[in-house]
Amino acid sequence: MTFSGLVSQLLEIVLALAFAPLLTGWVNQWRAWLQNRSAPGLLQPYRLLHKLFNKDSVVAETASPIFRIAPYIVFACMALVCGIAPTLSTDLPLAPAADAIALVGLFALARVFISLAAMDIGTSFGTLGARREMLVGFLAEPALLMVLFSASLITQSTSLANIVESLAHAPFAIYPSLAVAGVAFTFVSLAENARIPVDNPATHLELTMIHEALILEYSGRHLALIEWAASLKLFAYSCIGLALFFPWGIANADTPLVMILAVPVLVAKLAVGGMLLALIETINAKMRLFRVPEFLATAFLLAVIALLVHVLLGA
Amino acid sequence: MEALLAQSINLFAAVLLVLAFAMIAQRRILTLIHLFTLQGASLVAATLVVAYLTGQHHLYYSAVITFVLKVVLIPILLHRVIQRLNVRWDVETLFNIPTTMLIGIVLVIFAFNLAAPIASLSASIAHGTLGIALACVLLSFLMMIVRAKAVPQVIGFLSMENGLFFAATAATSGMPMIVELGIAFDVLVGILILGVFMFQIREQFDSLDIRHLEKLKDE
Repeated sequence: MTFSGLVSQLLEIVLALAFAPLLTGWVNQWRAWLQNRSAPGLLQPYRLLHKLFNKDSVVAETASPIFRIAPYIVFACMALVCGIAPTLSTDLPLAPAADAIALVGLFALARVFISLAAMDIGTSFGTLGARREMLVGFLAEPALLMVLFSASLITQSTSLANIVESLAHAPFAIYPSLAVAGVAFTFVSLAENARIPVDNPATHLELTMIHEALILEYSGRHLALIEWAASLKLFAYSCIGLALFFPWGIANADTPLVMILAVPVLVAKLAVGGMLLALIETINAKMRLFRVPEFLATAFLLAVIALLVHVLLGA
Repeated sequence: MEALLAQSINLFAAVLLVLAFAMIAQRRILTLIHLFTLQGASLVAATLVVAYLTGQHHLYYSAVITFVLKVVLIPILLHRVIQRLNVRWDVETLFNIPTTMLIGIVLVIFAFNLAAPIASLSASIAHGTLGIALACVLLSFLMMIVRAKAVPQVIGFLSMENGLFFAATAATSGMPMIVELGIAFDVLVGILILGVFMFQIREQFDSLDIRHLEKLKDE
């Protein structure tokens, strides 16, 4: 473990924790502008977190310890994911701890706990949300794995840092399989981050909500942690997508100084990515819940096509 | 630069394949026509790149013909047909869509395996894409089989022609000019006849469901 590796690791986690709510605020702002509404301030998510952390949290009488620990587990999973995903540098001491498959496992762990906590209280909304979340999750997971596999086939490694390292520092080449996988990844991240066409993060309508139904019983600091974790998840997904499909500008072990440049590059990429996300959310309509399997099956099939195209063309 | 262009042929091939899949998954006729237009556009781009790389001038002409026919003329004709017939939302498929897409994946694997030995014989720059072209043909064929209505069937037929055209460009650097011209006008005449045919079907049966054609009438 080198000193620069340690610095980049710490910087990455701090950056993710500090700026994930900013990304959420940015997306919300653009969404409001695109829909001709007056936008909330860019710092609105921070204000929300501040408000929630200062409130008492109310816990239902029937709640078991799972309900209390779930927010912490979810938050820890997302923070760890942000530490593993190579956002600024590929020289990360934490990266060998988990490869791409374990990364998907971390997302799954968070999902299982939040669903357990939602069912734990015993309200019908919680159970409904948990079921829907598991439905979306179990369809999105294989697609995400396939996307990561097609990237690892190209680079002969399942470690995310190695994949990004070899993609970023190889001579520029067009990979048709990665282009197809990128589309599949977009589908998966829309579903996983509870975005429109799959879920609407801004509604509490019982017929449609998935993510909001899960966290309906949480309040105070628990809710704050979960909201923060949701921002972190969006941040992590954006960073993984950017690192896999637009890997330029990420530092590696030989060039620790590129890191100074890597921060503004990442900010610029995330800014554009956030605008595109808001655009996708504006021009699409929320689909019926029963269409979601079709949506995610499409993502899975695209990812399979990416693998097949790689096998056929060798690129 | 040359290497990047050669790689971009692969990219356009992948785009063709994805669009063929998107057409299978699509329920709306209007979007289907847009997808068909996009497929035509990526075909034009692929043809132009092959023409530039191999230096074969007749491929430029065929790219122009493809552009005029498949990106401009036929989509306009199709738009007018669906406006006159007033069928923008045609949701009927014989299988449900996920099943169709799974069958599609099997077809793609089959096509890739089938094309692999043929492609290794070819010396053309884009010989690897022959499998993709074959897969596009089979997928469009599948779409013709599973759609019950006339307009998506016609679009499936046209997209099958796209796949064949791409196979010709990719594997053999294009067919002789006279053959290409012949096919181009065949397709144009075909779409005109099929358009008339669609109006006749609707006149007769008050619907565009071609299953009505299976029944014989006793008069």
